[in-house]
Amino acid sequence: MSAPENNETGPRIDEPTGTATMGHEWDGIEELNTPLPTWWLYTFYACIVFAIGYCVVYPAIPGIKEGSHGTFGWTSRGQLASEMDAAKAARAPVLAALDATPIEDLPKNPELLAKAVAGGKAAFKVNCVPCHGSGAAGSIGYPNLNDDDWLWGGTLTDIQTTLEHGIRQPGDAATRTSMMPSFGRDGILKPADVQDVVSYVRQISGQEPGNASAQRGAALFAANCVACHNPDGKGNRMFGAPNLTDKVWLYGGSRTAIAETVTNAHAGVMPAWGNRLSPATIKMLAAYVHSLGGGEAFAAPAAPAADAASTGQ
Amino acid sequence: MTNMDPKGLTRQPPKRLHAETQAVYPRAVDGRFRRLKWAVMTFCLAVYYITPWLRWHRGPYSPDQAVLIDLEHRRFYMFAIEIWPQEFYFVAGLLIMAGIGLFLVTSAVGRAWCGYACPQTVWTDLFQHVDRLIDGDRNAQMKLAKAPWGPGKIVRRLGKWSIYLLISISTGGAWIFYFADAPTLAREFVTLQAPSIAYSTVFVLTVTTMWFGGFMREQVCIYMCPWPRIQSAMLDEKSLLVTYKDWRGEPRGKKSPTGAPLGDCIDCGLCAAVCPTGIDIREGPQIGCITCALCIDACDGVMAKTGRPRGLIDYVTLEDSAREKQGQSATPHWKLIWHARTLIYLGIWSAIGAALLFALGTRQHISIAVSKDRNPPYMILSSGEIRNAYAVRWKNMEGRPRKMQLVLDGPAGAKMWSEDMAKDMAARDLTRIIPADTTSPLRIYVTAPAGTAEGKLSFTLRALDQDGGQVSYDTRFDAPGAE
Ligand code: SF4
Ligand code: SF4
Repeated sequence: MSAPENNETGPRIDEPTGTATMGHEWDGIEELNTPLPTWWLYTFYACIVFAIGYCVVYPAIPGIKEGSHGTFGWTSRGQLASEMDAAKAARAPVLAALDATPIEDLPKNPELLAKAVAGGKAAFKVNCVPCHGSGAAGSIGYPNLNDDDWLWGGTLTDIQTTLEHGIRQPGDAATRTSMMPSFGRDGILKPADVQDVVSYVRQISGQEPGNASAQRGAALFAANCVACHNPDGKGNRMFGAPNLTDKVWLYGGSRTAIAETVTNAHAGVMPAWGNRLSPATIKMLAAYVHSLGGGEAFAAPAAPAADAASTGQ
Repeated sequence: MTNMDPKGLTRQPPKRLHAETQAVYPRAVDGRFRRLKWAVMTFCLAVYYITPWLRWHRGPYSPDQAVLIDLEHRRFYMFAIEIWPQEFYFVAGLLIMAGIGLFLVTSAVGRAWCGYACPQTVWTDLFQHVDRLIDGDRNAQMKLAKAPWGPGKIVRRLGKWSIYLLISISTGGAWIFYFADAPTLAREFVTLQAPSIAYSTVFVLTVTTMWFGGFMREQVCIYMCPWPRIQSAMLDEKSLLVTYKDWRGEPRGKKSPTGAPLGDCIDCGLCAAVCPTGIDIREGPQIGCITCALCIDACDGVMAKTGRPRGLIDYVTLEDSAREKQGQSATPHWKLIWHARTLIYLGIWSAIGAALLFALGTRQHISIAVSKDRNPPYMILSSGEIRNAYAVRWKNMEGRPRKMQLVLDGPAGAKMWSEDMAKDMAARDLTRIIPADTTSPLRIYVTAPAGTAEGKLSFTLRALDQDGGQVSYDTRFDAPGAE
């Protein structure tokens, strides 16, 4: 192999093309030094000029502590801030409309309702998911919001109140509150009595056939529980007292679980979101929770959703 | 390397970073290919400018523009065909057909696309006619280019560039009409009420048209366009090329100095003078030749005047050129087309076309898509019933509202209701009127009695009018396992 450079002969003119070579040669293969077209070269110069200008007006040159700022003062943070502002401005009319609409009137405006549900879905992900789960299906001790069983009421207004004032929140006068006695722990009922009450509750919820224990339990229930849970066991939303005859159990419906509840009682809490979220956000959250399939006082939208649906995809 | 330069060609190359652009001033010519080129050019420009103004009635719910790419509503209209975004494979298929069509044409008749139909060729041709109109033919143009700047030259240049600009603006201007209702957009455009994207599109296309057609011209073909490179890989000795029959033309010359017999080429240089890319075809096949055949016209004219047979420069394959040299006759053109590669391209091309037509003819104009809620997968209601939720999208792809029925096929006792109705109205089927050309999302809840096991569930969508049509979607019903 010959040296890449050959100074004895230097670059030569290639005969067939009339173009100079680069002056090097590998195994007999040479490279033509084909000149660039003029316009190509000037485009290249223009790119250089553009690049210099770019470095002046935009942050481009790295430094030890920080890079150059550029005369336009552009920053990616600034761009993000302005995009966020724009998004906020775009949301403003919807939020204003929500502020102006009492929640019970929301179903009359299907378009606004749809926006509220969408906004509520997002707010739910941020605020509510830790307890209620991302699908709002809850878990033991945290209510499932998809079903049709409501401790404190399932209309839009009820949900709004619960959200705003929370449950058992000290310092909020309007908070939802009640206190089930710890019948077993405080000695109101003896352990055997607790078992009898459990038998009765299992009977009225259709999980066990009636028996002697349940009969004894019925009397104990009438003496101790009806004030909140009602004589028919269907509960009372004023006290957040659950319906004991249905199939939905917040703390479990097995013998052990019910006995545990009667012995120690439960008093779940939920923050008063009125302190932290704007009224419009609370309305959106209420609309979303109401839309999950169990919302009460359902009002059919003005037009069937299918007709009002937008064109797309 | 010491002896590589026996002819003493070695000299210092000039210290230049670039090659001077050789301006091309092609001379006007007339002949059969020039006339064909006029016809193709007229046709292409007419198609481009007239298409967006054609109307096609589609009823009150759809636009009446025959060809419309409606980006805002995500629809593509082409006469009787309407394409939704999920059917974009039709457009992909068309593009593939266009690509293979190009191969097919190349395989059959060589670089005909470049010579006649490529927009770069059509617009360059147009601009070169403007040059001739304002500055005169080749010689006058060359003279003017060399002349010093003076009032006359300035006026001519300004006049020429204004016409360039007019052509460019109308080129860019026509483009936007494919994307919106043409008459409306035209009105908005001149009253300055069109969306800014319309103006910026026209601006960009005006600049590129003016630049590529008015100034870059053959440079685009030689340096920028990928097609000639692909093309060179596709040509072989059976491809139709514009070829100078050197065995007939050489030795060229007007008059033999020695008296020895000369070839047919009288070395008038006319073939090089008319060439729009400024090359001399007598140097052999080359990448700069777009096979526009104008040199054939020029040479035929000369041969007629000198009383020799036409076709010294002609469309001929390299193979045939060699055969003619031996005195055999050339393969007839129809036979050239009739070879395996062309037939294979034709087969692929028509297979794709037929498949597209078939898909177009049999496609459903209603469709359904279901996505089941998986978080939570099922719900127990206070009555003990099991509820599943589904997001169902009903699609009416026709330009009129249609009555449709959604039918549930699932576990015994299962019933459905939707978010827009009360639960006690739950049933096994729901009927809705779906607006024209619309996808309607609807949340569907299905409840089944306590104790129902998980299993299959499907939704069927039926159009309840004369045209009918039905589609199904299979999904599942989730339930708690046996405890
Ligand atoms: S080389 Fe490219 S730009 Fe030129 S005519 Fe052919 S396809 Fe068109
Ligand atoms: S050489 Fe002839 S066919 Fe080729 S581009 Fe020039 S005029 Fe056209």
